[in-house]
Amino acid sequence: MRAKLGYIVGLAALAACAVIVHAGPSGGTVSGKVTYEGTPAKQKPIDMSKEPSCAKQHATPITTETVVTGPGNALDNVVVYVSAGAPDEGAPSQAAKFEQKGCQYIPHVLAFQVNQTLEIANADQTSHNIHPLPKVNREWNKSQPPGSAPIVDKYDKPEFIPVKCNIHPWMHGNFAVLKNSHYAITEGEGGFSLANLPPGKYTITAWHESYGDQSQDVTISGNEPKTVNFVFKAKPY
Amino acid sequence: MAAVGLARRDSKWLKSKEAGAMGKFFAVILVVITLASAYPIVTHKFVQPEDISTHGHAIDEQLADTMAEGGFAFVGAQLLLAFFVWKFSSRKDGSKVTHLPGGAKLMVATAFILVGTEVLALGVLGQKAWADVYFTSPKPDALQVQAQAGQFAFYFRYPGADGKFAPLHPDKIDEGNQNYFGLDPANDVEARDDIVTAEMTIPVNREIHLLMHAKDVGHSFYVRELRIQQDFVPGLDLSLHFTATKTGKYEIVCTQLCGLGHYNMKAYLNVLPQDEFEKWLKDRAAEQ
Repeated sequence: MRAKLGYIVGLAALAACAVIVHAGPSGGTVSGKVTYEGTPAKQKPIDMSKEPSCAKQHATPITTETVVTGPGNALDNVVVYVSAGAPDEGAPSQAAKFEQKGCQYIPHVLAFQVNQTLEIANADQTSHNIHPLPKVNREWNKSQPPGSAPIVDKYDKPEFIPVKCNIHPWMHGNFAVLKNSHYAITEGEGGFSLANLPPGKYTITAWHESYGDQSQDVTISGNEPKTVNFVFKAKPY
Repeated sequence: MAAVGLARRDSKWLKSKEAGAMGKFFAVILVVITLASAYPIVTHKFVQPEDISTHGHAIDEQLADTMAEGGFAFVGAQLLLAFFVWKFSSRKDGSKVTHLPGGAKLMVATAFILVGTEVLALGVLGQKAWADVYFTSPKPDALQVQAQAGQFAFYFRYPGADGKFAPLHPDKIDEGNQNYFGLDPANDVEARDDIVTAEMTIPVNREIHLLMHAKDVGHSFYVRELRIQQDFVPGLDLSLHFTATKTGKYEIVCTQLCGLGHYNMKAYLNVLPQDEFEKWLKDRAAEQ
């Protein structure tokens, strides 16, 4: 009887926690902006003439995306995430989608969680051979002819993984496999926002494919917003 | 037919007659096949694409000579075979077999001499076509273009304003950043103006000195209109020189099976007038 009561109290406490977590904006928010200083490398146009079905999808040639910038020295495609302080989370049910379109990876940087389903689709009229290059996860490469079903896979360890196509050397993307759902990717203005962080001490890390990573610690004691900005040093070469 | 054959099986004379008819039929078929095979070659049904190089005519002549020599030998041998099959197909059983004087030894020796002469003649005639491309040096003012073959694309490099190719560092290869050759512009000043392209563009009527290397496995550089087909061999720096004589857009294909994407390994060769080429090179330099 006593044990039963204990279970009930425990369940009630869990339910209360669940309500707190899901009851909108509880916990703090860490937001900020990622910028660069210096001169970033010039992005080069990509000549796809050997693959006419892709080349004709781009009225003007697309450029490389190793450094994508926005107005006001904003740095895009930076993965900002909680690298320490937050508990590991189970994978969400929805799949992370990665597309090959016009012989380009869309998005260029795809962030998803450990064990989350990854769906890779080929929207092109040509075959691709997708080849992610992990160091701690298992490496594979798979051919994907036009019109074939999406390739479904997942990664069981956190890692930043460069992705290439074995048929089209210019194709290049990145997977960010993360331990929890507190992440954002900067886009346009370089801004990010990580919401719903319960009180605690966190390490916020910003990762960029060319400039590496930077971390800052932040302590959240209630619902207050915190600002964390990252500045990367850009190099022309 | 089979029933007729079975019914007359016991008659040696009929059997021999039947064999004779078969032999003559075979001789006729042989002549028909030989002439039908020779017809499209003799009447030039298979036309080579237009030759746009200064050395190509020598290659074409060599091909024509080879085809003529091989063709005469082929037609001659087949007709001779048909003649013998026809002539000796209906000999009666028991007739004596006769040999050409000299026996097998003389025949083998004759074959060696005939084939040897043919191979030697092709070699002597062909040495000019070969030597013009491989045993001569390019002129000092030839335009140097580097070609790199890798799974599954060609990339080309032009020395920039400094006229020098920067050294290559394989560890610096970064395809996502279009650094296919492994240049190190951060440390090599010479690398900063090197021009890397996916299409090969050259000026018309100017000698090109093509420097070739493979990034991974064996590949081949084949341009039909240039009459050039040269393998890339991993670990070897090979070179070629040629002059294109006609402007236009041509295809460069890999003709050495190099892996999964081999079917898709190609690039384009653009032959432009000198002024257009200079403009193209300037535009590409601005993109680097």
